[in-house]
Amino acid sequence: MIAALRAEWTKFRTVRSWLFCLLLIPLLTVLLSYFTTANSDCGNGPYPGQPVTLACSQPIGPGGEAVEDQFYFVHQTLTGNGTLTARLTGLSSAALQPWAKAGIIVKQSMTPGSAYAAMLGTGARGVRFQYNYTGDTAGPSSAHWLRLVRSGDTITGYDSADGAHWVRIGSVVLPGLPGTVQAGLFAASPQPSSTGAVQAGHMPTVTGTFTDVTVTGGHAGSWAGTGVGAVGPLRSAGDSYQQAGGTFAVTGQGDIAPAVAPQAAITPIGQTLTGAFAGLIAAIVLGTLFMTSEYRRGLIQLTLAANPSRHRVLAAKALVTGAVTFVAALAGVAIALPLGKHILHKNGNFFGPISMATELRVAIGTAAVFALAAVLALAIGTIARNSATAVMTVIVVVVLPYLLAVASPVLPTTAADWLLRLTPSAGFSIQQTFQQYPQVASAYTPWNGYFPLAPWAGFTILCAWALGALALAAFLLNRRDA
Amino acid sequence: MNIEVSELRKRFGQTQALDGMTFTVQPGQVTGFVGPNGAGKSTTMRVILGLDRPDTGTATVGGKAYHQLKNPFTRIGSMLDAAALQPGRSARNHLLWLAHSQGLPARRVDEVTDLVGLRQAIKKKAGGYSLGMRQRLGIAAAMLGDPPVIMLDEPFNGLDPEGIIWIRGFLRMLAGQDRAVLVSSHLMSELEDCADHLVVAGRGCAIADTSVAELIAAASGGWITLRTSARAEAMELLARAGAEVASTGPGVLTIKGLSAEQTVALLTRNGIGFSEVSAHRASLEAAYMELTRQFVEYQGAEYRAPAGETA
Repeated sequence: MIAALRAEWTKFRTVRSWLFCLLLIPLLTVLLSYFTTANSDCGNGPYPGQPVTLACSQPIGPGGEAVEDQFYFVHQTLTGNGTLTARLTGLSSAALQPWAKAGIIVKQSMTPGSAYAAMLGTGARGVRFQYNYTGDTAGPSSAHWLRLVRSGDTITGYDSADGAHWVRIGSVVLPGLPGTVQAGLFAASPQPSSTGAVQAGHMPTVTGTFTDVTVTGGHAGSWAGTGVGAVGPLRSAGDSYQQAGGTFAVTGQGDIAPAVAPQAAITPIGQTLTGAFAGLIAAIVLGTLFMTSEYRRGLIQLTLAANPSRHRVLAAKALVTGAVTFVAALAGVAIALPLGKHILHKNGNFFGPISMATELRVAIGTAAVFALAAVLALAIGTIARNSATAVMTVIVVVVLPYLLAVASPVLPTTAADWLLRLTPSAGFSIQQTFQQYPQVASAYTPWNGYFPLAPWAGFTILCAWALGALALAAFLLNRRDA
Repeated sequence: MNIEVSELRKRFGQTQALDGMTFTVQPGQVTGFVGPNGAGKSTTMRVILGLDRPDTGTATVGGKAYHQLKNPFTRIGSMLDAAALQPGRSARNHLLWLAHSQGLPARRVDEVTDLVGLRQAIKKKAGGYSLGMRQRLGIAAAMLGDPPVIMLDEPFNGLDPEGIIWIRGFLRMLAGQDRAVLVSSHLMSELEDCADHLVVAGRGCAIADTSVAELIAAASGGWITLRTSARAEAMELLARAGAEVASTGPGVLTIKGLSAEQTVALLTRNGIGFSEVSAHRASLEAAYMELTRQFVEYQGAEYRAPAGETA
């Protein structure tokens, strides 16, 4: 096997046009990625009266993820242990969103992204206990009496249909919760998931109506209304609260939830590698030629005479193809990714907190996608024994679905999702850094950075394709006369 | 080490490419593998190298099937198609990957380069090689593993006379080193003065497996020319002895069916004078043509002048 590997490596490195093709992999990846990122802003402006494009940014939640934390807050301080109770009598809006929220909340501070726990009613998703942006527990939908109890670091949510019999919905420990926190009523309405980017002044509002508001424990006693996380141009003037006797009407917009694209202006890290498909084509051509050129010249006879174990020949070729493509692609990604990040950041894009491990997964995973695609091309080349057929086939199954599903929204989401589940393009899922949340309605589409499969699941699909094609190639190579 | 081919049969669709091909290639001699195009020579060689799988029958090198050989080029060196080269790769690198595939050091590449006289051109791209240079490169590749068995398919193709002479000498040298050498050709004349043994292929089997001397002797093409003044007596005497006698000129007879010695003895015994007896040997080519005439795949029809045309 060592001899076969050495022979294939010598073969590879001694053909200048192949080395050129190998060089094209990082070159095309970097150049195309550069050109596609160079002019892309984050969609934040310029707004009327605001000629300058604003950099996008999102607060970071206690869990380290980018979050939305915009709402209208009627609040007062609560010191030490205490209880907050209110009866939510209604949610109303000109365009009531399913996930429009109004309820009671205990929040660490007024700073966006700070820890919280809330009992809330929604436009169409019932009563829920939510905390720290990602936590979400459903309660009985008919009970509109809401209660939060603070005990030390623990906050427990209850609800009740009559204000007398309380049901515990859930509780959460908010570590390091200060002695004095903000407690009160809130309202927030996310923008409809169908509209893409945020449009100034067009965010819908929701009004929550409350009665029977009581606070026990050490509290200030008087209410104040504040728009939390207000970013100037994005807020219309609708945020307000009115108090008439014991009845509060709180009108707000925004959301308290994990940030998801495209509602939140976060850019997937994969955006830095949009040129990868061009380098990928070079990798596919290279992988194909490494086998089909042998058939074209009749060299395959000599190769198989030199090593009668055809499985080994194929394995050696696959290893050499995979290794050189991986290294070339990794070189390209190692330039394109930081460069793209730098440019996109300069253009105001916000990636959210991305851990080093995640970034490495995207970079190394993308290089591995190249390597697997090249191996797939080698296998298809072995099966087809013809360069043109093999190159076309592999581009159609690997690159085309990616372009159709990810690069531009030309397909319906369902079709795009199925392409990225079934075809080898599923491997691109490895670039995914976004997570879907059931408690946030959004356009979870591939072109917004959401793949139907988890990163490693999608990658496994590509592996299965490559291995399957390789197995068929080995079978045919063994059975056929050379 | 020898090559043993036994009862090979292989069918490609409608064509029975091999139909019981059987022969042995012994060390120490050059075995010519001749036959018209389509007789199954190349297919046999491809079966020996494990490239084609026979329907039935076996082919072994030194008693082992090809796929059982470790580093096969050190057992049997071969050249099937001299044009099978990556045009962008230099000739030296072509030999280098082959050497690496057999675990051989790069030093062997330089040695075989010198052996075939390609040192001047070895750094050039193989795509620029003439057919003659490619044949030499192919032979160099076959010699990489210094194998005891060498098998070359049509090595004379596209060679100039000087190249043909060089290969003949080279093959004789290999046989002299006690290697088994199998060389195929569709032209018997190329193997003249080179092959010791002949396997003649026709329609997928060996129609003759014989030494060159035996083949010529067996051919019916030998005749004797006799010059005598006693033409009538000689004709009668020789015809009675069973020869086929024809008068081909004044005082000249052509005799078939008797050797020169027999003829001289017969004439002397009967007191018939003669001025010259000369024996004519059938050429190897003629012997081969006679043997393979019925096996030639495509035969040209005899030319007939169209009606109305006068010679």
